[in-house]
Amino acid sequence: MDDLLRDFLTETAENLDHVDNELVRFEQEPANDKILGNIFRLVHTVKGTCGFLGLERLEAIAHAAETLMGEFRSGALATPEAVTLILAAIDRIKEILADIEKTGAEQPGDDADLIVLLEKAAIEAKAPKAAPAIDPALGRELRPGEVSLDELERAFRDTPGPEMTVAAEAPKKSKKKEAVAAVAPVAAVAAPKAPAKIEMEAANDAGAPAERAASSESAIAGQTIRVGVDTLDRLMTMVSELVLTRNQLLDTVKRIGDKDFNLPLQRLNHVTAELQEGVMKTRMQPIGAAWRMLPRIVRDLAADLGKKIELVQEGADTELDRQVLDLIKDPLTHMVRNCADHGLETPAERASLGKPELGTIKLSAYHQGGCIVVEITDDGRGLDLERIKSKALANGLATEAEIEKMSEAQIMRFIFAPGFSTAAAVTSVSGRGVGMDVVRSNIELIGGSVDLRSTFGKGSTVIIRIPLTLAIVSALMVSLGADIFAIPQLVVLELVRARPGGDQRIERIGDAPLLRLRDRLLPLVYLRQLLDLPRADKEKEDDAFVVVLQSGDDVFGLVVDDVLHTEEIVVKPMASSLKEISLFAGTTILGDGSVVLILDPNGVAQAVGPSAAVDAARAKSAETVSADEVGSVVPLLLFRAGGQAPKAAPLALVTRLEMIDASTIEIADGRPLVQYRGSLMPLIAAAPDVYLKESGDQPLLVFADDGRTVGLIVDEILDIVEQRIDIGVASIVPGVLGTAVIAGRATEILDVGHHLTLAFDDWLKRKDRPAEATAMPTVLLVDDSAFFRNMLTPVLKAAGYRVVAASGGGEALEIVRKGGRYDVIVSDIEMPGMNGFEFAQALTEEPTVGGTPILALSSLSGDTVVEQARDAGFVEYIAKFDRPGLIAALQHFAPGYRSAA
Amino acid sequence: MTDETQGVHRSFVTVEVAGETFGIAIERVREVFTPDRLTHVPLAPHEIAGVLNLRGRIVTAVDMRSRLGLPRRDEADKPMAIGIDHRQEAFALLVDRVGDVLDLPADGQEAPPTSLDPRWIHVAEGVYRLDSRLLLILNVERALDTQSALAAAA
Repeated sequence: MDDLLRDFLTETAENLDHVDNELVRFEQEPANDKILGNIFRLVHTVKGTCGFLGLERLEAIAHAAETLMGEFRSGALATPEAVTLILAAIDRIKEILADIEKTGAEQPGDDADLIVLLEKAAIEAKAPKAAPAIDPALGRELRPGEVSLDELERAFRDTPGPEMTVAAEAPKKSKKKEAVAAVAPVAAVAAPKAPAKIEMEAANDAGAPAERAASSESAIAGQTIRVGVDTLDRLMTMVSELVLTRNQLLDTVKRIGDKDFNLPLQRLNHVTAELQEGVMKTRMQPIGAAWRMLPRIVRDLAADLGKKIELVQEGADTELDRQVLDLIKDPLTHMVRNCADHGLETPAERASLGKPELGTIKLSAYHQGGCIVVEITDDGRGLDLERIKSKALANGLATEAEIEKMSEAQIMRFIFAPGFSTAAAVTSVSGRGVGMDVVRSNIELIGGSVDLRSTFGKGSTVIIRIPLTLAIVSALMVSLGADIFAIPQLVVLELVRARPGGDQRIERIGDAPLLRLRDRLLPLVYLRQLLDLPRADKEKEDDAFVVVLQSGDDVFGLVVDDVLHTEEIVVKPMASSLKEISLFAGTTILGDGSVVLILDPNGVAQAVGPSAAVDAARAKSAETVSADEVGSVVPLLLFRAGGQAPKAAPLALVTRLEMIDASTIEIADGRPLVQYRGSLMPLIAAAPDVYLKESGDQPLLVFADDGRTVGLIVDEILDIVEQRIDIGVASIVPGVLGTAVIAGRATEILDVGHHLTLAFDDWLKRKDRPAEATAMPTVLLVDDSAFFRNMLTPVLKAAGYRVVAASGGGEALEIVRKGGRYDVIVSDIEMPGMNGFEFAQALTEEPTVGGTPILALSSLSGDTVVEQARDAGFVEYIAKFDRPGLIAALQHFAPGYRSAA
Repeated sequence: MTDETQGVHRSFVTVEVAGETFGIAIERVREVFTPDRLTHVPLAPHEIAGVLNLRGRIVTAVDMRSRLGLPRRDEADKPMAIGIDHRQEAFALLVDRVGDVLDLPADGQEAPPTSLDPRWIHVAEGVYRLDSRLLLILNVERALDTQSALAAAA
C-alpha cells in the first residue's frame, strides 16, 4: 500500500469519527451552522480525496451524502431519518475503507441502494426554493452536491478546525477554480497540519485513531511527527530489555564488588530510568480516544430504545497509557450501553416522575493520587436494592442472614457477580452475555478497581480507578514442579500452608478436596488438574500451598506445589493462537528473561465450576456436623417450598444443594426427572404446593444414598442455621414432622423420610417381597426422639434393612423380651427413663439377645463417653449425624440388602 | 547470481525436520536463533512447543515435527528456530537443523505430489526437484495456522 493511500486511510478514519460525533451534535442543535459547516467540510474532504485517489465507490457515496447535507445547509430541516441515512453512508464508507486497508485497493461493490435513498432524501429535503443559480465561478449550474466556491470558502472561513489554517489557505491560493472541489482536499492531504503531539497512527486499526490535537495547540504545530504505534511498542520492549540487562549488570557488579564499575553503572542506571520514562510518555493518549465512538453509540441506542439521551463528556484530555486505554475501551462502552439501556427511563416514565425527559449520561475523567478515575453517571432509575437482594438470594450468592448484615454498597456490588443481571428482560442492547463481572475482571486485570454508587430513583455512578502507568501488575509467582505461573496479587486473599495432620489440612468430602480455614470450609482445586499436568504424589498432594483466591464473589483455594515470591510484572497479551485457553490472561517476562504465563482468576473460577459456592455451603454444613456437638443442636437447611413460611430439613441428610436449569427437567411417566451425574434422578415436590419452574434455575435439595439420588423441589434455598429443634406443634400433614421456632420464625420441619419413600416407593415395594424380606437384616432402632426415628427409618430402609423402632430403652427391652430377633440394635444414649447405657447393660443379661451387636448413636462426645459406652456393651459409637458412618457400621455387623445382593 | 537466461530466482532457507528437508522463502525469515528457555503452555495445541522471550518479544514456538506428524525429537537434540512474523505476532518454527540458502528459479516450482500425507500437503506450497532430493517449500501461513490444523484434525 503506498504512503499516500495509508495517509488517506488514517486521515479519513479520523475525519469520519468526527463526522459521527458532529452529526449527533447537529441533530441536537440543527440551527448550529458551525457544526454543519464542520460536517460538510469533513465529508467534502473525504469526497475530494477519494476522487483524487481514484476510489470511485467512496466518491459516489460521499458525493450523495454531501448532496443531502448541502440541502441542510440550504435550510432544509435535518430530520432524524436523514441523519440516520447519512450515518449509514458513513458506515458504508468505513466498510469500504476497511476493505481497502485489508487489500490495498477498493473492492467492487454496488452502493446504488444507499445512493438512491440519499438522493431521494435530498430531493425531498429540497425546499421549494429558487431555481438553481448559475455559479459565477463555474459559469454553469451547480450539479447536485456541488457547492459554489464562495460557499465553500465561507464554510472554511467560518469553521475553525485543526486543519483550518492550512486547508483554508490552499483553495484561496489555487487559481484553478473549476477544480476547487478536488484541490481543497488534496491540499489538506498534502499539507496536513501536524497535530500538537505525537499521534499514534494505528496502522492496523483505522477505526481507533488517536485523538486529534485541539486547535488551541496549533502554535507548536510542525514540531511534531506521526509515529507508528508498533514503532513505539518496539521501542518500549527494547527499553524493557535494557532495564533487564541493567538489572543483571547491577547484580553481577554487586557480586563481584568491583568499584570501578560503580560510576558508569550509576550513569547507565540514570539514563535507563529516564529513557523508560520518556518512552512511557510517548505512549500516553487522552482518554477521549476511548470515548470517541460513544456519542454515536448513544445516539443509535436512544433511537432504538425510544429514549432521549444526552452524553456529557468531561476531562476527555486526561492522558493514560495506550495499552490501558485499549483495555478499558470495551468496558466503558459496555457500561455506557448499560446506562442507556437499563439505567435511563423512557421519556414517558421520566415525565411521570417529574424528571426532565432528556436523560443524561455523564462521562468524566480526572487524576487522583496516581490513578485515573473515570466516572460514568446517569440520572436514571438507579439500582433497585430489593431486586438485587432477591436475585442474590435466588442465585445462592448469599444467605438472607448475610444480606441483612450487609451495607447498601456491599449489596450493590452483587451486580459484579458472574451472570448477575437485574434487568427483567434481556434486551438486544445489553444482553450480550458480557456482564458487569467481565467489566470488573477486565479492569482488575490491569490493576484497577470498580465501585458503584446509586440512589434508587435518582441514578447511579460507576467509578473506575485505573493505574496511570503501564499495566504493571503485582503478581504472585507459584510453581508446579519446574513450571512457574503468575497470579495477579489483587485476587489473592491469603496463602495457606496445608500439611497432613497440621492445623490447616486438606480434607475430602467424597472426592472433593476442601480446606478448613477458620470459620469456613473452602472448596479447593488443584492447579495441576486444571492445567492437565501430571498429578503429584499422593502424599505431596496434601502437603501443598493453597492460594486463596477471590474471583467475583467466589472464594476458592488453588492448590500449587510451591509459592515463590511476588514481582511487579508487565502484562503482555497472549499469542492469538493461545487465546482460546481461558485459564491464562497473558504472559510476562521475568527479570531473568524467562516467559511466565499469567493465570486468569476468572477463567480459573469458571473452570472450578459454578457449583463451587453451593459446594462451599454444603462444606460449611459438613463441618458443623463433624464438629463436636453439644446437646442436640442441629444444622438445619432453611428453604421455602410453597407458602411463605420457611421450611427446614436437617442438613446432614442433604447430600448437595443444586441449581439446575429448569429446561433440562423431563417428564417421564408423569413424574419429573432430571439427568444428574450420569443417571436419572426423580424429582419430588417438597410440599404439595410447590411447582417446577418453567425457566431459569430450579433449586433442588439432593439426597443421595448408595448410588440412588432423589431431588426435592423447593422454591428457594434460604439459609443454614444451627439450632436445637423443639418441635412445638406436631403435624398431621404427611411429609411434615411438625413446626418449630427457627431463627425467630415458625418453621415446618420436613419429614425427609416421607419424601424419600415417595421417590423410592417402587423400590421399597420390590424389597418387601417375601422371598427377599427374609434375606433382609432387621434393625432395632431405639431413640426417644420421634424426629430422629422418622428421619432414620427410611434411610435404613433404603440401605436394605427392615426397621423396628422403639421410643426408649424400656420399650425396646420389652420388644426383645417378646422374642423379637434382630441382626443389629442401634440405640441413642440420652433417653428419659432408661438411658442407652442402662439399656445396653440390660440387654447383655437377656439370653435371646446374646451376641447381637449394639451400636450407640449419640450426639454426646468425648473419650469418657465412648469408653463408658464400650463398657456398657456397645460395639461401636457413632455420631448422631454421621449417616455414612452408621450405614458403614451396619454393613459391617449385618450386611444389608445391597452388599448381600 | 542472476542468470539472464533463467529469469527470476527465489531464495529459500533450507531446514531439516526428522531427516526431511524443507525450504522456507527467505523473505519470510526474520532470523535464525537457538531457542532458549522455552515455557511450556499447558492446554495448548500439541504442536505449540511453548512461548519464549526473544529480546523482549514473546515468541510462540511451533514444533514442526508435531506439526507434520513426525516422531518427537530426542531430549538431547536441541532444536533450531526460524523466527517469523505472522499477523503482527512473532512465531518460531522449531526445526532440527538449518542448512544452506538455495537460489532456485521461480518457475521451477511444481505442485506438491498428491500422494503426500494430507498434513504435509496442507502446509506445502510446492516442490522443487533438486539433483539429489526433493525440496518441499513450506507455506508459512498454513504452517503457523494451528487453529486450522486443529479443525483438520477434528
